[in-house]
Amino acid sequence: MKILVAIKRVVDYNVRVQVKPDGSGVATDGVKMSINPFDEIAIEEALRIKEQGKAEEVVVVTIGSNDSQQQLRTAMAMGADRAILVETDTAVQPLQAAQVLLKVIEQEQPGLVITGKQAIDDDNNQTPQMLATLWNRPQATFASKVEFVEGNKISVTREVDAGLETIQVELPAVVSTDLRLNEPRFVKLPDIMKAKRKPLEVKAIADLVPAPKGQAIEVLKHEAPQPRQKGVMVETVDELLEILKDKGLVS
Amino acid sequence: MSKVLILAEHNGTKINQSTAKVLTAAKQLKADTIDVVLFGNDSGLATQVAALAGVNAVKYVQCNDNHDQLAASIAPTIADLGKDYSHIFGPSTTFGKDVMPRVAALLEVNQLSDVMEIIDANTFKRPIYAGNAIITVKTDTPQIVATVRTASFAADKSTDGSASVTESTLSTAAEHTTFVELSTGNSDRPDLQTASKVISGGRGVGSEENFQIVYDLADKIGAATGASRAAVDAGYVPNDMQVGQTGKIIAPDLYMCFGISGAIQHLTGIKDAGTIVAINKDGDAPIFEVADVGLVGDLFKIIPEMMEKL
Ligand SMILES: Cc1cc2nc3c(=O)[nH]c(=O)nc-3n(C[C@H](O)[C@H](O)[C@H](O)COP(=O)(O)OP(=O)(O)OC[C@H]3O[C@@H](n4cnc5c(N)ncnc54)[C@H](O)[C@@H]3O)c2cc1C
Ligand SMILES: Nc1ncnc2c1ncn2[C@@H]1O[C@H](COP(=O)(O)O)[C@@H](O)[C@H]1O
Repeated sequence: MKILVAIKRVVDYNVRVQVKPDGSGVATDGVKMSINPFDEIAIEEALRIKEQGKAEEVVVVTIGSNDSQQQLRTAMAMGADRAILVETDTAVQPLQAAQVLLKVIEQEQPGLVITGKQAIDDDNNQTPQMLATLWNRPQATFASKVEFVEGNKISVTREVDAGLETIQVELPAVVSTDLRLNEPRFVKLPDIMKAKRKPLEVKAIADLVPAPKGQAIEVLKHEAPQPRQKGVMVETVDELLEILKDKGLVS
Repeated sequence: MSKVLILAEHNGTKINQSTAKVLTAAKQLKADTIDVVLFGNDSGLATQVAALAGVNAVKYVQCNDNHDQLAASIAPTIADLGKDYSHIFGPSTTFGKDVMPRVAALLEVNQLSDVMEIIDANTFKRPIYAGNAIITVKTDTPQIVATVRTASFAADKSTDGSASVTESTLSTAAEHTTFVELSTGNSDRPDLQTASKVISGGRGVGSEENFQIVYDLADKIGAATGASRAAVDAGYVPNDMQVGQTGKIIAPDLYMCFGISGAIQHLTGIKDAGTIVAINKDGDAPIFEVADVGLVGDLFKIIPEMMEKL
């Protein structure tokens, strides 16, 4: 079985992004870029499945600018076997990303597709669900545990508001990862060297999906969130309780 | 001329408050019609929704059991019904987030995720970058599919509605997906997502046993309990207690946290809280930048003192 992992290059999660003064976007010049943290977990899960002997090949794919090659190389340094860059200079929205990923699936025929649950730039949380829909295959979103069961099925534990839900889905399927699925490995220097020799194929987005369906949502402006009013520091529990009592929050 | 279809959420016996919050958002569209679609196997649920003022019709789709509410099973039915509506809204809970993008894909539109403000029928605000930026977005597709950020809208508390109820049977159940089980961190405390007071603890609490004092304080003031991701990851508490970007986004009147440093991903979950109180032994912890009331000190001294004085 082949596993396809979809990753996205995003502003590193440790960076506190700033809205540009003219509201045209967020400042990304010179900002550290990384693999979306959920996607790193997706890569790790695919590698673990391969290491258990349940998959032969792990292929990573991203849709993005040429700079995304860095993130694909990092994924191969972690252990992915090869990479595909679907190159585009403009940002793609989830419905388009899903159509492109579907094309890659048609070419690669994976038995399992693993994605992150959301990209932490746009926080959309849509692409995997849309991909599963267009592919007409099951989805298991927000996964915190993936196990192979009899036949051609996986059992997936999902982090839901009420607790943990377990479902079984037939393969092929799309799994989207939550944070507690695993802890991604660190890449070692020799692996970075080795990854340079692994195959990285570049395709033009227009060759894969020349006329994507659906209309993009237009972004009119960016603004910084409303700051909260400055608070007060107190020295004692008595002072704290007095404030809370005044506000009617405790009695 | 907006016509809105809302996807209701429930736990089998009770309609989740997220439904009433989405209704509040839908009303701000100044819609001509607001209908609700509900999947379940208890017609009492439809009665609960029909009592919400402003709902015109409830489309109750009978499922064999609640677990037929799987995203792949219900999305085709919602999309099919949705063709007659200009807006299809679901809650931005794990249930809504799982199913609504499938509906959007079937209708060939991008979804608006986590709508926090409605400007007009085509223009909305939503957070990106964990709430570090807010974007104003516009879309004029024949159907607009959105999830509504529940912390941004108050629940519609009306009970004098008299919507009509029509019943049908689910015909789109997925064959390739089966429900196995749901394990909940059941507690008698108020529900974290709707509680007016929340007490939460972070890595600073130190262990599962130590969390008992957090629970005791919560019980004393009738609060729900929450936690940081670090506390969940360390196994001190179950995952359903996590507050933040990837946990629950909440807006209680009072949020009091102990031993939480205030990472941006955590703050995303609490910035709509009325009053934020932070107790941390490190005076430089970033949580104090957003707290309305801060107290520097050891939680193991402060909680017992609060218990004594409350
Ligand atoms: C993609 C992504 C998503 C994330 N999503 C979330 C999320 O949804 N929610 C979330 O919470 N985190 C999330 N995180 C993790 C987040 O970045 C932080 O790691 C986490 O919030 C830290 O938890 P903490 O504050 O409990 O722990 P720490 O940062 O370790 O802070 C512990 C604090 O306790 C204080 N302390 C210690 N002992 C005491 C004492 N005796 N008395 C008083 N204070 C004490 C310390 O001074 C310290 O400030 C996410 C991270 C990533 C990468
Ligand atoms: N441009 C992209 N290229 C490859 N994968 C993507 C892209 N955008 C989103 N994804 C995948 O879809 C997941 C969810 O993204 P989103 O729906 O944008 O929040 C991400 O974690 C990725 O795994």
